[in-house]
Amino acid sequence: MAPDLGVTEVPSAPHGTDDRPRRQLVDTKAPAERAFRGLNRGSAVVVLAIFALVGVFLAVRAEPALRVSKFSFLTTQAWQPDIHHFGIAGIMVDTILIAVVAVIIAIPVALGLSLFITEVAPASIKRTLVSLVDLMAAVPSVVYGLWALEFLQGRVVGVSRWLATWADWIPLFRVNGADPSNPVQSGTLYSASTFIVGIAVSLMVIPILCSVMRESFAQAPLGEREGAYALGGTRWGMIRTVVLPFGKGGIIGGTMLGLGRALGETIVVILIISPVFTINSHILQSGGNSISGLIANLYSESDAFGTSALMAAGLALFALTLAINFAASAVVARSRSGAESDG
Amino acid sequence: MTLLEDPTTGRPAGGDVDAPVDRPTVPAGRRRVGGIQGGMLRNLGGAALAGISGSILVALLTGLSGPIGLAIVAYVLFVVTYAVLVSLTEDRPAVTDAVMTVVMASSAVLAIGALAVVIFFTLARGWGALIHLNTYTQDLSSAGPTAPLTRGGIGHAIVGTLWMIGIAVVLTVPIGLVAAVYLDMTRSRPARMFRTVVEAMSALPSILAGLFIYALWILTLGNQHSGLAAALALSVMMLPYMIRASDLALRLVPGNLREASAALGAPSWRTEMQVVIPTARSGLATAVILGVARGIGEASPVLLTAGYTPYINGNPLHGPMASLPLVALKLVLSGSPGFTERAFAAASFLLLLVIILFVTARKVGGWGPGHLSDRGLRKVREASARDAARYARSQAATDGAAGVTVPATPPVHDPPPLEHP
Repeated sequence: MAPDLGVTEVPSAPHGTDDRPRRQLVDTKAPAERAFRGLNRGSAVVVLAIFALVGVFLAVRAEPALRVSKFSFLTTQAWQPDIHHFGIAGIMVDTILIAVVAVIIAIPVALGLSLFITEVAPASIKRTLVSLVDLMAAVPSVVYGLWALEFLQGRVVGVSRWLATWADWIPLFRVNGADPSNPVQSGTLYSASTFIVGIAVSLMVIPILCSVMRESFAQAPLGEREGAYALGGTRWGMIRTVVLPFGKGGIIGGTMLGLGRALGETIVVILIISPVFTINSHILQSGGNSISGLIANLYSESDAFGTSALMAAGLALFALTLAINFAASAVVARSRSGAESDG
Repeated sequence: MTLLEDPTTGRPAGGDVDAPVDRPTVPAGRRRVGGIQGGMLRNLGGAALAGISGSILVALLTGLSGPIGLAIVAYVLFVVTYAVLVSLTEDRPAVTDAVMTVVMASSAVLAIGALAVVIFFTLARGWGALIHLNTYTQDLSSAGPTAPLTRGGIGHAIVGTLWMIGIAVVLTVPIGLVAAVYLDMTRSRPARMFRTVVEAMSALPSILAGLFIYALWILTLGNQHSGLAAALALSVMMLPYMIRASDLALRLVPGNLREASAALGAPSWRTEMQVVIPTARSGLATAVILGVARGIGEASPVLLTAGYTPYINGNPLHGPMASLPLVALKLVLSGSPGFTERAFAAASFLLLLVIILFVTARKVGGWGPGHLSDRGLRKVREASARDAARYARSQAATDGAAGVTVPATPPVHDPPPLEHP
């Protein structure tokens, strides 16, 4: 700063202006500034209010059903609101099964895909790949649903039959009534299953996982990358020792975000699965359910009490996805740095 | 020096010094990272052959059927064979590298291939109806399950979709943009909390948005199923998505532009309105288009709130309305083959709309923040030249008033060349 040098006049300053105190960047008293900030804050409050209302209205509408069922709502494996015998124990487990199958299929593909995009693909392919993955996220779920129903289902039945025949020592892959010695046994035993829905839903969550992972992999520092190469490492060696450790937060966070998305998928479930209300842990076998599928299937034929029960199920889904999403964004946010770019 | 041989294990340098070494301890030459190397294609080809023939063998021996199962077996055999082939000439880290590169590339091929199959299968099944004009102009009121594709169509769904998405855009774009500006202007604790909430809500299951509007608008306020209710449900679903995408677009604006604006004495709201938002314009447009693309394809919020009708309904305030994804869903659930065909037509049309929106978004957003078209660039230069002239005039006026002779110097800024590059 100038004062020590005794210079009072800055040569480039316009003539005729004295030094004035530094202008406040945020002049909170100026009416325009106040109005602008008020508008911004107001819209944020409106948005928060809408989000809060979602939870509040589901809770208010769910209250009559929850008052009747009490804790048995969480432990009952049935859905008969007419005789006050209903609960989400079975449906919730089936919902989670679908989501977990989808995410387990999606993780390796998304991991390989995002590593390929950030580390392997030449720049020209990279842009196209990123666009295609984004397009994958934009394809409507009803399109995936129709495809899964008409294309995928018939082709997966063979895999399901084979798994049930050769891997039935794993309880998850067991199919009741499967008869491997009967080659003409109908495929209906293996269709409409959690496994098929999981494959279709995995296509929808792959882009979510991929974009979060890609972002975190791209942030692995250049110095460490070059260090790994300088030690004679191969590209995979560099990925394993630099990129993956730095991207751990992105991998975990992206997976949780994908799980949250998979838990709420409706259309594929109601198109494919034949609904059951008990726990069906045999993922290859026909039958399963999800809370969103339950709501979509039953809302139009429910009386007031049945609707209230559906609202209670919706509230449970709301709480579950919100918890997972909050945790996921906390994990992702902690692994993210550099909120602003410089150009 | 075993570490040099395998730097990827992270073993301490002295760990294996006494171990018998039967391979060269230092790689023969400089390690090549990336690119296609000699013999690689030959190995890949041989491994592919082994995979295909092996899978046929497995199919014959264990009774595996279906193209998907065969492909999985063929792929596993392919990777194993490739690893063996590479290990004939390379050391262990190089083999791992080669195998993992193939695995990464194949997961990209798998994902993009699945996308291609979904798109082409849907378009192929819907094509039969898409080529008839009546598909777009007529509704389904007069066409039963056995009616030929030259009668009836999805006009009611197109009208409904336009109404719903139009209303949803009018509702969400202003609120979403302003909320994103709020996030951009402050780094305070409430703003961070707001961002977390928005991120969590953007993954809210879309059926809950429908259930919420069903509970509020239809059950509590006593309204009927209508296009407006569906638009409200779509808005609840699209809002967090719009805010997040706009927030990302605003965050991409270089920080030094804001600083330059502040240094010129602009208050923060002017910086936001005249520097940040115009710079991020293409990113914001992309956010809106992608939000529309997402909202247009959602069936579950509409399912609970719009009702369904086979008639064209041009009034979103009254009576049930259909939308493209809803029609596709209802028709395929009806189970008759004729309706399934029409469901694919609706889904194909929807898919084409989404692809068009998506390509538009890429075109608009493909430019980085602050990119200008030729015309925009010319306008900016003209404005800049005008400003320069104005500065020169006001400078002259000030100097004249102060009794100083007007310097015959050029204005502060060199006027940029006006001619088109």
